[in-house]
Amino acid sequence: MSLKAFHVIFITAASVLAFWFAAWMWKAYQAEGGRGDLYYAIGSLAVGVGLLVYEGFFLKKLKKVSYL
Amino acid sequence: MDIPYTSKPRPDTGIYNAKVGIWLFLASEVMLFGALFSAYILLRVGAPEGTWVHGMLNIPIGTFNTFVLITSSVTVVLGWAALQLGNFQKYKFYQAITILCALGFMGIKSFEYADKFKHYEVWLKNPVTVMHGDKEVQTNRVLGHIEYDGKHPYFWNTRTLREKGIEGFKFEADPYHYTLSPKELAHAKSVSKGKPHVVLDIKTADVERLSAFVPSHSTYFAVYFTLTALHGLHVLGGALVIFYIWGPGAKMWKSDPLRYTNRVEVSGLFWHFVDLVWIFLFPIIYLL
Repeated sequence: MSLKAFHVIFITAASVLAFWFAAWMWKAYQAEGGRGDLYYAIGSLAVGVGLLVYEGFFLKKLKKVSYL
Repeated sequence: MDIPYTSKPRPDTGIYNAKVGIWLFLASEVMLFGALFSAYILLRVGAPEGTWVHGMLNIPIGTFNTFVLITSSVTVVLGWAALQLGNFQKYKFYQAITILCALGFMGIKSFEYADKFKHYEVWLKNPVTVMHGDKEVQTNRVLGHIEYDGKHPYFWNTRTLREKGIEGFKFEADPYHYTLSPKELAHAKSVSKGKPHVVLDIKTADVERLSAFVPSHSTYFAVYFTLTALHGLHVLGGALVIFYIWGPGAKMWKSDPLRYTNRVEVSGLFWHFVDLVWIFLFPIIYLL
């Protein structure tokens, strides 16, 4: 497996973590109403989306590089 | 003598030898971390209710460190991609950011460790009155910071009190304890934000046990320090290899650019593994 393939796996895992963290913080915000938790939830969601967009850009840019 | 297949793929595997080597090494690493993760899960599941330490780590710091490692993975790949396109200067720039991220991660981690080494739990012979959020409670287990001679000492324990002949000390009590449920703990932290801590005068004769947040404090901290220190050593090792290839080893770019690019790829694969471990470590240790 090349660095390209491993990077795709890594970015996918990182975006899953970001979405999960956003959900976790949203739950904490609903329970306690802390503004910090809300900002965390929004920030993590943005990072998760950003990582997926970057992944698309990355795959486009390295189209010719092998997955092996 | 030429070492075969350092640049060109070997016909039977379809890839160059160093890539086979790094994946074999990473397979052994998966077993190492897998065993530790499994141990953590079994210890946690088997712990009696209310005894497992939780909510004691700094989530904003952990989140920031996660962000730092994700950024470093992106720059490692961008550096490698720049080499594929023959742009050595761009590679140098991206890898310099990777090295800075690694140093940043280690710096933040050491700050986090230092904070734990001066954060204490004291087990008392008789209960005292402290706040848990907005509730007044009677307890004989208190978390907080020691103040002695105007300083916050590191690594004290029950033996230190005896050996130093300390008769008593001030204890800035935290308005929460990890024996609270996650919901109660979050509420206690939230309502006590910005409020001054209760300061207790504790006599050494009343102390049953004293421990900083070090591996001997509890199973949780033993696992926390084992996993994060092992991960930290990997970060350090990876950063050293990346630095060598980026600095003194960069001469190879002129003599054998394909082999040099392969070296960068192999170090990048290791770096990604280290970062992926953190992606699992962060939620398990910090959040759950």
